[in-house]
Amino acid sequence: MIRALLWILGAILLGGIVHLSTVLVMPQAATQDAYSRLAPLAPVNAMVPLAPPAGQDAIMPFMDPAFALAVCRYDISRAPLKLTAPVSQAYTSVTFYTRNSVAYYAINDRAAGRRTIELDLMTAEQHAQVPEEEDVTAADRLIIESPTTTGLIVLRALAAEPGLMPMARSVLAAAQCRVEETQQ
Amino acid sequence: MFFASCFTFVLAAVIGLGATWLTLTRGVAFGSLTIGAWTARPKSGSVDIDPYARATVARTGELPIGSGDGVAFYARTDDVGNALDGRCTVLITGMTPAARYWTLTLYDPAGRLVPNMVDRHGFTSAEIVREADGRFAISAAPRARPGNWLPTGGIEQFVLVWRLYDTPIGVATRTSKDAPMPAITRKSCS
Repeated sequence: MIRALLWILGAILLGGIVHLSTVLVMPQAATQDAYSRLAPLAPVNAMVPLAPPAGQDAIMPFMDPAFALAVCRYDISRAPLKLTAPVSQAYTSVTFYTRNSVAYYAINDRAAGRRTIELDLMTAEQHAQVPEEEDVTAADRLIIESPTTTGLIVLRALAAEPGLMPMARSVLAAAQCRVEETQQ
Repeated sequence: MFFASCFTFVLAAVIGLGATWLTLTRGVAFGSLTIGAWTARPKSGSVDIDPYARATVARTGELPIGSGDGVAFYARTDDVGNALDGRCTVLITGMTPAARYWTLTLYDPAGRLVPNMVDRHGFTSAEIVREADGRFAISAAPRARPGNWLPTGGIEQFVLVWRLYDTPIGVATRTSKDAPMPAITRKSCS
């Protein structure tokens, strides 16, 4: 009797380990996460507009249909990335995601405080290599450190009414993300 | 001995995978903020996202709203706990917390938009028709209603998502005093 209880107790403990490890492994093992869904649509280091969610077809679940979206699938393993995005009339935001969909930084038009949002995205090592005087002279240069070398930048522009959607889309069409040509 | 160890391993796999499946499909709510029928997980939009939310996001393929951008409240039931039924008339009334803009969107439980004749899937704060005192009433119903009508397409179950953009509501918010969310009440069912 006691022996059977011990086996069951062992099973529960082992089950707990299985549970925790599957939860922790899931983000690495997922094949249908946002990055994988966007990979066929978005070339690396280029800003592409996303089709709005319509009916049963949407690139990702729970997309906000009031927003025009553009995405930049980045890879900054070789050089930092420069992002420029004009601001729409209503509301514009930029969100940075790691390869595993963790939103590590987000800023909106008002917080950026300018007509265009300009950001430099780099790894911690690349940031350390930025010459100090450059950092000082460009005081308003916003530098974001990416915890991973690949990830997603998502631009969202609100169309406050459905009729304003074309305008929100045209604002995003002017957004750019490109790797800085350095060295050589 | 051999049978006992086999039994233990099988039981461990069932317990472990079952618990994972349950937590990821039903959702566990660490650090969640619940106001009335609405639940938000403000930490999911930051690097402090918990492992369960990370696994859920990886499985469903959605991109959580960044905490510098806004916060999303989900409602799957009305105020008294009935599942939101698309064959019923469901009233959403009251006020919203402070935000520069908000949007309300109706989805099916998998997060897809529900097709309907008028191609309407939600409202933004700019297009809603309000009462004189700033309050509003939205009717989610299968058939057209006067005022703010949100078509449900008659589906069995739907999910409402209230997204607040540029808002002070976030990780520090604790109670409904800081964030008055609209009430959800079920009226007639067809």
